[in-house]
Amino acid sequence: MSFSFARFIPYKLHIQKRTDEVSRWLPLATSVGAIVLAFLISALILLLIGGDPIRTFGYFFNAAFGSWGALSDVVVKATPLLLIGLGCGLAFRMRLWNIGAEGQFYIGAFFASLVPLVPLVNMETTPKFVILLIMGLLGMLGGGLYGLIPGWLKAKFQVSEIISTLMLNYVAVFFNNYWIYSKFSDAGFQMTPMFPKSAWLPRLADYARQVKAFSGITLHLGVVFGLVAAVIIWVIITRSRWGYEINLIGDNPQAARYAGIDISRNIILVFMLSGALAGLAGMSEVSGVVHRLQERISTNYGFSGVIVAWLSKLNPFATILVSFLFGALIVAGREIQPSGLYFFIQGMILFLVISSDVLLHYKIELVRAAPEERK
Amino acid sequence: MSLEIILRSGLSTGTILLFAAIGEILTELSGVQNLGVEGMMLLGAMAAFKTSLLTGSPWLGLLAGIAAGGLLSLAHALVTIHFQADQVVSGLSLTFLGTGLALVLGEGLSGQNAPLIPNASIPLLSNIPILGRVFFSDLNVLVFLGYLLIPFSWWYINKTRPGMHLRAVGEKPAAADSLGINVYGVRYLYTFVGGCLAGLAGASISIAISPGWYSNLTTSGQGWIAVALVIFAQWNPLRAALGGYLFGMLRRFMLDLQGPMLIFGLRNPFFYNHNLVFFLQMMPFLLTIIALVWGSASARRQRIGAPGALAVPYIRGERR
Amino acid sequence: MTITSKEQTNAVEMRDIVLRFPGVLANDHVNFTLRRGEIHALLGENGAGKSTLMNILAGIYKPESGTILVNGERAVFNSPKDAINRGIGMVHQHFMLVPTQTVTENILLGLNDPGFIMHLPRYDQKVADLAEKYGLKVQPTAKIWQLSVGEQQRVEILKTLYRGAEILILDEPTAVLAPQEIQELMETMRLMVQQGKSIVFISHKLNEVKRVADRLTVLRKGKVTADGIGLENITKETLAELMVGRKVLFQLNKNPHAPGDVVLDVQNVSALNNRGLPALKNVSFQLRKGEILGIAGIAGNGQSELAEVITGLRACQGNILVNCKQVANQSPKRAIEQGTAHIPEDRTGVGTAPGMALTGNMIMKSYDHAPISQKWRISYTAAREFASNLKEKYNIQAPSLSTQVNKLSGGNLQKVILAREISCGPTLIVAVQPTRGLDVGAIEGIQNLLLEQREKDAAVLLISEELDELLDLSDRIAVIFEGELAGIFPTEEADVKTIGLLMTGELRRQE
Repeated sequence: MSFSFARFIPYKLHIQKRTDEVSRWLPLATSVGAIVLAFLISALILLLIGGDPIRTFGYFFNAAFGSWGALSDVVVKATPLLLIGLGCGLAFRMRLWNIGAEGQFYIGAFFASLVPLVPLVNMETTPKFVILLIMGLLGMLGGGLYGLIPGWLKAKFQVSEIISTLMLNYVAVFFNNYWIYSKFSDAGFQMTPMFPKSAWLPRLADYARQVKAFSGITLHLGVVFGLVAAVIIWVIITRSRWGYEINLIGDNPQAARYAGIDISRNIILVFMLSGALAGLAGMSEVSGVVHRLQERISTNYGFSGVIVAWLSKLNPFATILVSFLFGALIVAGREIQPSGLYFFIQGMILFLVISSDVLLHYKIELVRAAPEERK
Repeated sequence: MSLEIILRSGLSTGTILLFAAIGEILTELSGVQNLGVEGMMLLGAMAAFKTSLLTGSPWLGLLAGIAAGGLLSLAHALVTIHFQADQVVSGLSLTFLGTGLALVLGEGLSGQNAPLIPNASIPLLSNIPILGRVFFSDLNVLVFLGYLLIPFSWWYINKTRPGMHLRAVGEKPAAADSLGINVYGVRYLYTFVGGCLAGLAGASISIAISPGWYSNLTTSGQGWIAVALVIFAQWNPLRAALGGYLFGMLRRFMLDLQGPMLIFGLRNPFFYNHNLVFFLQMMPFLLTIIALVWGSASARRQRIGAPGALAVPYIRGERR
Repeated sequence: MTITSKEQTNAVEMRDIVLRFPGVLANDHVNFTLRRGEIHALLGENGAGKSTLMNILAGIYKPESGTILVNGERAVFNSPKDAINRGIGMVHQHFMLVPTQTVTENILLGLNDPGFIMHLPRYDQKVADLAEKYGLKVQPTAKIWQLSVGEQQRVEILKTLYRGAEILILDEPTAVLAPQEIQELMETMRLMVQQGKSIVFISHKLNEVKRVADRLTVLRKGKVTADGIGLENITKETLAELMVGRKVLFQLNKNPHAPGDVVLDVQNVSALNNRGLPALKNVSFQLRKGEILGIAGIAGNGQSELAEVITGLRACQGNILVNCKQVANQSPKRAIEQGTAHIPEDRTGVGTAPGMALTGNMIMKSYDHAPISQKWRISYTAAREFASNLKEKYNIQAPSLSTQVNKLSGGNLQKVILAREISCGPTLIVAVQPTRGLDVGAIEGIQNLLLEQREKDAAVLLISEELDELLDLSDRIAVIFEGELAGIFPTEEADVKTIGLLMTGELRRQE
């Protein structure tokens, strides 16, 4: 395919499908380029509606990176994004579009909250790490079970997981609300009473007495969950049998069947693991940040997590970086008016990333046009 | 709780769904899957509302809504048809884009009142006993537009040449291309038409059927329900419309369930425990899933299904 | 009808055509001339550039340089429609028909008449009349997916005739036909030529070309090696040499070999195809060690389904025993455990994972046991070693082990599959169209590989559309027609005529 401006300029644009392998840096470069372009376009929109982009982005930078407190906030926001991004990334590897991370997050938060709310164990006498362990496991269980539903529907009935997971997102929020309003809250508020301290994930601020600098720093243990999960996922993908099967199914399900791999089983397992990670993110939010179960726990972590996964090109370690970037976006986004811009930037980034992917498949060169074409 | 009210409500809210669903049917029949419908609907709703507010003419607002949806869909078309990006991800990104843009440009619109598309009654038909009162009197003009769209779209798809070309492009683009049909052109066209109809659906929410702007609660998932309807309808506009109307009726029914103290002589649980309403709110979404399961199973039994080349980018003369 | 006058303009003249694809020069300054009223054969091995050249003539590809003359006038095609407007019609190897629409609808696709509203019955009649004129039997209201492959081909031909094509290009038309149907096609071609049409007939089958062509052009690796030569005094050997560039000895190393115990026992197997219609009806046969059983049949008579039920990819009724163990209705792993190797029909569909590297594809059958995997881990070092050994042994041309497999040529892709399957020392090999689309050198290599396995006492089930291949390699031949085994007998007793009749169901013979 060639575009020729031959009559005017002696060059033409030659677009050709790539046959050779792409340099390892190109995917990274295109992602970075897309992000930069997204910001530029957002700046343009801001200008159009009468805002001041330079000042806004200045706030941005300051809000996210201006102080240790800000940095800690970034990590706190990044934690659920990291966990969800890892889970979604794994599902996407198998071409399973888990857009239901939001719902799995809520259900995980719900299950974990049962521990202090019912209460499931004696909150005073049980050691803290046992409580947190149970909460973590329940969070993963809740998310995993909620991921099982769309997984099973897909495996058994070939129901589109995009729609089923999206629908279940709404269901999860209503489910959560029912329990909060009717059973667990003080006099019908949209949040439960605060959890006892024994149900809080340890934070750096807890050690403010030993280290002065830690006072007020809300960074909590959840981030460790995320980093550990990243390593585990990386090992699964690159070093394990299961990872090979997942990659094969994602690349060509027919070949995977032929190799004797049970695709239905893997759909369910991967969805459960993806859901479990989102559920763990939910537990980490209620236990490490808000310390209660409330109507709105997530600022659309589920959807942002999807974008994080895609932007990191499904690589677990890249997910760490990208989730921090998006965490910064959220923190700074609190300052930006109007609030919808946050949604817009995310959508823009994703859109530009997939558009730029075209460069990975096609080579674009400027080529001297042959004289006979200049007619 | 009256059947008449439920029917009429179903017709109204169902119209929203059927606009979006038929639009997506046309898009998917050409082989392109556009999951950005929710974003396009919201953008259309905002554009219609804002334009109507600023110009005082709801008809201009309607046009603006249609245009907004159409323009956004062109982005999806470019990226998926020419750049051959993954259609699922592109659609999702456009949902975000559309939603984000709608929220940004729709700042400050909540709580305002814009001029609306009026209701009307059809002259002779509304005099038919019973049926006339339900189907043809005092309904929004757009509902009547929906009545016309349903048979027209079915006829267009199945009985006309452009419709035949559309189906060929979505089923086997190589065949269409080899006979001189412009595959890319057809796909662009119907993606655009689908986007326009999604914008129309959004406009029918904000300036006609559920008037007002409530940021992203304006559509609250209806775009996704429309996409699910397409699968349930097996790409048939008649079935899509039927599904849309049924859905609308169901929503009204759920709303009505919350009111009375007694239902059929029994204590109404939703009245006495208001929190149970949350389960009612879940119902549309759970029902959509059930509709999907049923739709998939029935398709496999009849061995019909999605257009053969759905969501597969087309490259002329691709060598294996 | 022979043209003697030099003033007669040629139907088509292609001069100095050059076209490049990424990594390969498909047409290298090619000259081609089609005289009016002749049947001109275009010969060459797979990948020689013949389809490409004709695709240029049909407007699908645009040449980088060169000129095309149609009836003496310059022609530039920017799309298939331009070529159609100049009276050129192409019947492709892979049909371009919309399965869910009817014959008439497919023929009317892309035309201006009828304009907007489609009243089909009138056009059904037109199609029927046209079909009658050229002796092509077809039912206008049938949907394409209901038609047999031969009937679909007739629709393709009708498409071009309906558009007033005077120049027809037939791309490997006989690949999907039984011997009698090939005869019918050739008669149709002669009929069309009598009515003034000019035909290009692309093939790689030397014997067919001799039966019907007036002149022939041979392409090898993008270049013309014989330009419009007559067919008198042409031998199979000369043609082969023109196609391949070296002396081709049609020799296979087939030694007598006594078959051993029964390895594969198929008992009363019935199965449905993807459309839910019966594809296999009560099929029974046995296959022994060290024996090659060839299954002949026109595509679509159940061969694919037969291979799938044996390898565990399709459900069925009845029993299939490999080494006395049941493999029917079990996971493919069960068949693999019993030493079954499957060389599938669809290399990029079932056979390989296109986006994965060479290594990943090589270990598809052995990834779950030692030495490549220990418990839950995979050792990619061991995997790479394994892949490297196979790459060398089978001479697979690829830049490196981490090359994505979709960048390999057809021949190399097949080698990857073969290497992977045969390296496990299989007891049963199910090979479906193993040499399809490959060049002569590769074909010979693969055929000898199968014979080698036969001598190592493997049982080979060979499903192929190339009757010659089956006759050369098999010890016994079975014919499958409409899901039933129409006959099964030793190769020495086989004759092409009988097999042809069995293939089209005109004869039924019990063993």
